[in-house]
Amino acid sequence: MKTPPTTHSRIVAIGEHRPAATLSNDDLAARGVDTSDEWIRTRTGIQRRHIAGPDETVISMGADAAAKALANAGLSGSDIDLVVLATCSIARPIPGGAARIASGIGAARVGAFDVNAACGGFCYALSVASDAIRVGNANRAVVIGSEKLTDFIDWPDRGTSILFGDGAAAVVVERSDEPGIGPVAWGSDGDNFATVCIPDGDWAIRMDGPAVFRWATTQMAPVAARACELAGVELSDLAAFVPHQANMRIIDAMVRALKLPDNVVVARDIATTGNTSAASVPLALASLVNAGTVASGGVALLLAFGAGLTYAGQVVRVP
Amino acid sequence: MSQEEILAELAQIVNEIAGVPVGDITPEKSFLDDLDVDSLSMVEIATAAEDKWGIRIPDDDLKNLKTVGDAVNYIAKAGVAA
Repeated sequence: MKTPPTTHSRIVAIGEHRPAATLSNDDLAARGVDTSDEWIRTRTGIQRRHIAGPDETVISMGADAAAKALANAGLSGSDIDLVVLATCSIARPIPGGAARIASGIGAARVGAFDVNAACGGFCYALSVASDAIRVGNANRAVVIGSEKLTDFIDWPDRGTSILFGDGAAAVVVERSDEPGIGPVAWGSDGDNFATVCIPDGDWAIRMDGPAVFRWATTQMAPVAARACELAGVELSDLAAFVPHQANMRIIDAMVRALKLPDNVVVARDIATTGNTSAASVPLALASLVNAGTVASGGVALLLAFGAGLTYAGQVVRVP
Repeated sequence: MSQEEILAELAQIVNEIAGVPVGDITPEKSFLDDLDVDSLSMVEIATAAEDKWGIRIPDDDLKNLKTVGDAVNYIAKAGVAA
């Protein structure tokens, strides 16, 4: 028996799919949600969110984001041998979506599986794919976060309907001579699963907003610090902090709790995207990369957290 | 710590988190209706108070703290118990 020597891994490209249709805060109020633009902005920082059309699914959006990531890397489906999909909003649980996305991008017959850690999912999926590459189980992977949460939104419930949006983003991960994806800091708290979930007998996401807010604003900064420690990176070394885009006020509170230096760019994609669960961290990273806000090779701290409760974070080099 | 001292310290916390002028923060005021302090700011105020006084304010108790006076009384009792 033998195992190959471990190597390093890195993200080489990123791609995104944002549905064309958007829903503004005023649109929500017009739909009969008891709210207003001012109410939503002050409590969440959200101005609008993208909404998938009837023909846009977790699989189609994920495949489009994956194809764009491959194109940005100058690669095709035949260059990859692993597809990992982070999602919690696939229309039906069987089968998962990764194999269909693999087929859709011309990577038929590769390893393919889904990860459901809800809003924490992308950082879990990235860690698992990175480690598969590092130990030689794969050479090059596509990791996707794709969500169509609006299938599980009860529009009159303003505790959730104002928050969520749809979309997908994907990264290409490959072997590297230098460290490009740090160790993961992850964990869970199943005792408090009911604070954000689809309850028994229900079909829509329900959330105890203040409880989730308290958990995120008090418990996540130490996880962020731990991810940096594991990677041997100081907060002052960071070019960017890319937290899960759940609520601008959670992001602000985490930045304060971490005492993040002012020169670290903080992803605030939520303003125009809403909370896209497992797609939020890669979409927010794609925004920074596409806008040129963070230079290639810069060090970014990713931190995803949400229903489960689950959380995971790691330091990565920006593609 | 007297109720007056708790009120003064709490007013500082509310001012820092929600931007409410310290002079407006009096016992009879409702956080939400009079001071425009929303539920998320209340969570931040609660966690700041927990750190300051070494107490625990569970979510179920926090929901019942409607006025500044409610919060001062709660902190006074919790502080004695602690």
